[in-house]
Amino acid sequence: MSRLRSLEALGWGVLVAVGIVAPFVVYPVFAMNVLCLALFASAFNLLLGYTGLLSFGHAAFLGAGAYVTGLAAKTWGLPTELAVLSGTAVATALGAIFGSLAIRRSGIYFAMITLGFAQLVYFLVVQMSWTGGEDGLQGIPRGKALGLFPLDQQLTMYYFVFTAFLGAFFVIHRAIHSPFGHVLRAVRENEPRALSLGYDVDRYKLVAFVLSAALAGLAGSLKAVVLQFASLSDVHWHRSGEVVLMTLLGGMGTVVGPSVGALIVVALENYLTDVGSWVTVITGAVFVVCVLSFRRGIVGEVRALVARSFTGAGRKRSSSSPSSSG
Amino acid sequence: MNGECILETRGLVKQFNEFVAVNGVSLRVERGSIHALIGPNGAGKTTVFNLLTRFIPVTRGEIRFRGEDITGARPADIARRGMVRSFQVSAVFPALTAVENIRVALQRKLGTSFHFWRTERSLEALDARAVELLAEVGLAEHSDTVTVELPYGRKRALELATTLALDPEVMLLDEPTQGMGHEDVGRVVALIRRVAQGRTVLMVEHNLSVVQDLADRVTVLARGQVLAEGSYGEVSKDPAVLEAYIGAPA
Ligand SMILES: Nc1ncnc2c1ncn2[C@@H]1O[C@H](COP(=O)(O)OP(=O)(O)O)[C@@H](O)[C@H]1O
Ligand SMILES: [Mg+2]
Repeated sequence: MSRLRSLEALGWGVLVAVGIVAPFVVYPVFAMNVLCLALFASAFNLLLGYTGLLSFGHAAFLGAGAYVTGLAAKTWGLPTELAVLSGTAVATALGAIFGSLAIRRSGIYFAMITLGFAQLVYFLVVQMSWTGGEDGLQGIPRGKALGLFPLDQQLTMYYFVFTAFLGAFFVIHRAIHSPFGHVLRAVRENEPRALSLGYDVDRYKLVAFVLSAALAGLAGSLKAVVLQFASLSDVHWHRSGEVVLMTLLGGMGTVVGPSVGALIVVALENYLTDVGSWVTVITGAVFVVCVLSFRRGIVGEVRALVARSFTGAGRKRSSSSPSSSG
Repeated sequence: MNGECILETRGLVKQFNEFVAVNGVSLRVERGSIHALIGPNGAGKTTVFNLLTRFIPVTRGEIRFRGEDITGARPADIARRGMVRSFQVSAVFPALTAVENIRVALQRKLGTSFHFWRTERSLEALDARAVELLAEVGLAEHSDTVTVELPYGRKRALELATTLALDPEVMLLDEPTQGMGHEDVGRVVALIRRVAQGRTVLMVEHNLSVVQDLADRVTVLARGQVLAEGSYGEVSKDPAVLEAYIGAPA
């Protein structure tokens, strides 16, 4: 067990190290894009992987974060940090509204309600004038971190995003491994039983939903600052579908799986731009092959492999006492 | 009947569209007793449980628990008031270990279940009690086993231990011995007898020898209505009951 723990700690160390050197190895903008979408997918996974709720409208939160941050930085002239917080706050509020209405339904109905709300947001963004409609909201200033360090410097911008990512990632990690996360797992595993034990299941789902929306909003806010624009593609339902893909590809219900999935999808989209619209076909094919050959996702399969090699049959979580089957 | 009535229904009706699944059921469960609800398949026993625990809304009638009207209460509220149910098919959290299953029940009274910023280590304080409960149902050795790996009988025992973790005043057990081998049945009967000390148990049970063994009082349900009520000896001789069982065997 403790060996497994230290292996885990090592894994974290490697991830942080990779994050630190990444902008020297790949284009910083590419790395930042990956970080933003990795955060988006991780936020989504909090809901799908740890609560068992499939939202098909998460683009609404990503997009709301992006547009509001753009508005705050460009039109209101707020400092970058406050602009990002405004975007996050609006996404959180949207999450609370949509969540409280969608949470009463489950399964496909829940997915459809979230999709419906996201389409509503898309419609509003297209209609309102300040969003720039088809052109998107352009020319968002990056500003200065803490009012001191100009974020026009790619490296400064990168570490700004990386710090926010680490913070958000820590929140997710902590939430999963908290008393709250424990109840969420119980709800995912057996909702009627959790209810019969006295847990107001809907309230737990709602808190998870709002948390997920907030972090998805943060991802969108950061993305808007990095790319200096917010576009309709951020609120489009393609985004809501893409995040499902990333999460399943990397491994839902694993902490780093969604980030791995985001990396793969963004990389495919970036390095395959030459082949034009074939990108969609190739990503789709990769997805189908992955899901067919390893259903737990990349990280899920690796984890299962490691666990098996540590505990023999991989049946017990710890080797504290020998079992006598009865 | 001399004891005090802890759980009572008056004219309980549940209608699914046209179909009346529960039709004017009035039950009185005495505090401290083991009360069995029996009847052929489809009689409406599980539906009565669903109504009592507010899992489905009541069409008509009233439910009183400890003298209070709970007909409109929320399901999570029922458990907090001290009435906890089990399910016809074993209700565990399969991907959690046995000890984690119990912890889910225990952690509620810590009042930190919404704290997503607190570490999981704050739950370790519950482990001693959880292991104690596991030992009580003969699962001490399996505390770290992932529940999905447990044989069926053990899962049911774990479910019972999880229910006990809430220290409920009333336990509703829906066919606790269903699908069990002979040995497991004996173990569960002994277990129920033991944990029923100082509590009230209302149980649905198909195995009549279990009912005979355990129940202080038996209510027979058929087609949504109460057919007979009394001690096991009384109802087992009732001609209407015999006919219902032969006419629609369980
Ligand atoms: N949610 C439901 N919708 C429609 N019919 C139901 C529902 N739940 C139960 N029933 C019907 O009610 C009757 C009683 O079912 P149930 O209470 O499960 O019987 P049992 O006594 O075997 O536990 C059955 O005919 C069943 O088909
Ligand atoms: Mg039943």
